[in-house]
Amino acid sequence: MTATSTARPVEAGAADRVAVRSYKAPIAYGIFTLIALVLFVVLGRDGTSTFGLSTNADLVQLAPVSLPTRITGIVVTVLLAVIAVFAFTLARAARRIPLWLTVVFGVLFLVAFLTWASANQTIPVPGLLIGTVSLSAPLIFGALGGVLSERVGVVNVAIEGQLLAGAFVSAMVASITNQPLIGVLAAMVAGMLVSFVLAAFAIKYLVDQVIVGVVLNVLVTGLTSFLYAQVLVPNSQALNSPPRFPRIPIPLLSDIPILGPVLFRQTIIIYVMYVAVALVYFGLFHTRWGLRLRAVGEHPTAADTVGIKVAATRFWNVSLAGAIAGIGGAFFTLGSVGSFNKEMTAGAGFIALAAVIFGRWDPLRATLAALLFGFASNLQNVLGVIGSPVPSEFMLMLPYVVTIFAVAGLVGQVRGPAAAGKPYVKG
Amino acid sequence: MKLELRGITKRFGALVANDHIDLVVEPGEIHCLLGENGAGKSTLMNVLYGLYHAEEGEILLDDVVQHFAGPGDAMAAGIGMVHQHFMLIPVFTVAENVMLGHEETRFGGRLDLAGARAKVREISARFGFDVDPDALVDDLPVGVQQRVEIIKALSRDAKVLVFDEPTAVLTPQETDELMAIMRQLKAGGTSIVFITHKLREVREVADRITVIRHGKVVGEAQPTATNAELASLMVGRAVELTVQKSPAQPGDRALVVENLSVLDANGHRVVDSVSLDVRAGEILAIAGVQGNGQTELTEAILGLQPHVTGTITLDGRSLRGASVRDVLDSGVGFVPEDRNEDGLVGAFTIAENLMLDRSEGAPFVRGGTLQLGAVQRFAEEKSAEFDVRSQGVGTPVGRLSGGNQQKVVLARELSRELRLFVAAQPTRGIDVGSIEFVHKRIVATRDEGIPVIVVSTELDEVVALADRIAVMYRGGIVGIVPGSTSRDVLGLMMAGEAPTDHAATAAEGVAR
Repeated sequence: MTATSTARPVEAGAADRVAVRSYKAPIAYGIFTLIALVLFVVLGRDGTSTFGLSTNADLVQLAPVSLPTRITGIVVTVLLAVIAVFAFTLARAARRIPLWLTVVFGVLFLVAFLTWASANQTIPVPGLLIGTVSLSAPLIFGALGGVLSERVGVVNVAIEGQLLAGAFVSAMVASITNQPLIGVLAAMVAGMLVSFVLAAFAIKYLVDQVIVGVVLNVLVTGLTSFLYAQVLVPNSQALNSPPRFPRIPIPLLSDIPILGPVLFRQTIIIYVMYVAVALVYFGLFHTRWGLRLRAVGEHPTAADTVGIKVAATRFWNVSLAGAIAGIGGAFFTLGSVGSFNKEMTAGAGFIALAAVIFGRWDPLRATLAALLFGFASNLQNVLGVIGSPVPSEFMLMLPYVVTIFAVAGLVGQVRGPAAAGKPYVKG
Repeated sequence: MKLELRGITKRFGALVANDHIDLVVEPGEIHCLLGENGAGKSTLMNVLYGLYHAEEGEILLDDVVQHFAGPGDAMAAGIGMVHQHFMLIPVFTVAENVMLGHEETRFGGRLDLAGARAKVREISARFGFDVDPDALVDDLPVGVQQRVEIIKALSRDAKVLVFDEPTAVLTPQETDELMAIMRQLKAGGTSIVFITHKLREVREVADRITVIRHGKVVGEAQPTATNAELASLMVGRAVELTVQKSPAQPGDRALVVENLSVLDANGHRVVDSVSLDVRAGEILAIAGVQGNGQTELTEAILGLQPHVTGTITLDGRSLRGASVRDVLDSGVGFVPEDRNEDGLVGAFTIAENLMLDRSEGAPFVRGGTLQLGAVQRFAEEKSAEFDVRSQGVGTPVGRLSGGNQQKVVLARELSRELRLFVAAQPTRGIDVGSIEFVHKRIVATRDEGIPVIVVSTELDEVVALADRIAVMYRGGIVGIVPGSTSRDVLGLMMAGEAPTDHAATAAEGVAR
């Protein structure tokens, strides 16, 4: 057997795989190249576009970069066409389209789009990126919660509810105690309580996990909206004006051009987020906890036969996932907005769920996916401010369009944890 | 280590799966638990392993009473188990699977993968296994996966090792290797409990044999006992071990399959350029280890596979690309390999299941309404004909035994005007009495002049039924040989080795 498989010119393990030509990616490239042709060349605008690279507080001031709008559009469109043709030849030869090609294509398209949209205007690049981080933070916390929960075998549709509960409770507790950190702790407890309900119904009573998740979202939305109207609004001074976290610049690191202010001039929640992403990644793939967690999510019976307690593992890790998502909720009230508003999460939990799938249940990839979604949202904000030629209603759609494309088109068929969504019944 | 079970009783509701079972396994002996499917062997072992809790009785290891709250306790006490359905996590590596549940960690809680790899290598070397600790379990053939299970048990210093139906997924050659491993373990002082329903294996390797029937120990036997003695102990009456059939009277080529290939959803070629033909009045058995494309081949014939190339013709009419309805209407009867999944609707009654494929019109449906009287009469008639034992045709099939469920499927498929009969794993998981019945019906179908395809992973069944045998390996047909081919040759073919020209041409001769 080894002799025959090594003789074939394909990688081991895929010896019997038949090369299937997939034109999905090249066609997508082609469509975007056409859009580029229409927007940037046919409807091209004259003038110069300026990209501001530094904020006033920066130690090292970088000069803004100016690009001639029309010429940049034409050059990029040509480059896009070249990539699209290259992708077609790859597909014809039944080769895989490498991921970096998609990334290069996306970045080029983005540069051209920004140049086109900001003719005779200035786009503040650090501002664009700082906003991205702050819009992504709740998505990242939510996605981490989703990854943990699904990896242990419980589908977590309730991220939205966990975020919202965290946001509400942290606003109230931080207002009463005047301590934002206690607010964050309270948010973790709130997220965990939502998880308890999910875990109890999914693990103990074997109810369909998606249905419990949806019901929980509705429940938390209703509950927080009711309490907001009845309790927070009449006493907003005492109960809904929490102190916000101050920004803490990290010495030296925060002076790095462009990245410094984006990554290292942030509130403590963002720093906690960096640590959380690293910890979840390390824990999941390099520790006993992670190995057992993944075993339970893939093949609970096998985990049971080596002495791992499946129900307990699921229960506590789903609870932990809720606590992490709760921090994301606290970021809404204590990190960005500054007070609780009705339904203020506005679907962030579902976008976090999309990030989990787009990130293939991997904490690092899910984080990158959440950043992409955050960037799309913030792009809409920034272009709205500088007055882009695209209608704002259209721009409002952007993050969701990106989400749909990302989840449906780019990911293709990926396999999640095998036992996610399936209750484990012993015997 | 000496293992003793005293008076183990395990009930599931009203069903007594184990009824006061006593069993003693001496150190360094291979003790066979022999019994039919559903006799309670696996339940007993799950009690021993801590997965179930017995209502009565106790477990003793070296004369000390044990209390197992779960598998963790059983393992700590020195009991290891090689499960019938492997308890391995497919997306983990061998080393990760072996360490799972008793992981060693290093500084900062990091998993000690290097230690686990070393352990896998050490045990592999001791038994002459060739197992790569970094291979993903999913990529390994089943024979190797089973070795990983053995390594897993041994890495916890198991002194009593339970093998639950270990040979079901192995080729005959792999089975021989497993027997050698068991003897080697025994020589090292490990006590072995070997659960099986295959008589040949028992006689080959056992030191002592305990026979279980309907949850009770019905007797002990010596390995020198004959097959007939063991079988009658197991079943409770004398059993006909061979299928009575006259030589086939093959007619014209009825089903012709040429260059048939099937791609699965991931683009894997699961059936690879298969060509075969079946003549009227003969049984073509398709042998092979589970998962070598047999399932997809039969499903392609029935029209259940979406990506099929090549030709399938039945009596000159093309079946490829036809809908399942058309295929059924052209006279194809099909017994799927998993009756609970694909053959029956468990919550439906016997009567409803018997008419499932006939909801198109008369006599069971008129003007869109069910003709309950006709359904009832038909069901009663067929139940009697096929000896379906139940409390009436209104019983949900989910409550029937495996053997009776299979008879319902058979009754439905055989009561149409057939031009081809395809039976996939027709006797999997059913009792010996039902096996005899199913085999008789299959031979009777052949004798009516209908071409028959039987897919089976059990070599005994293949040899008993086949007029010709096609062996599948990795989606392709290794060769088509006469029904009289020896087991050794078939075993080699199941591992992918082409038969000698002599055997192949002999089969051609039979076909002509």
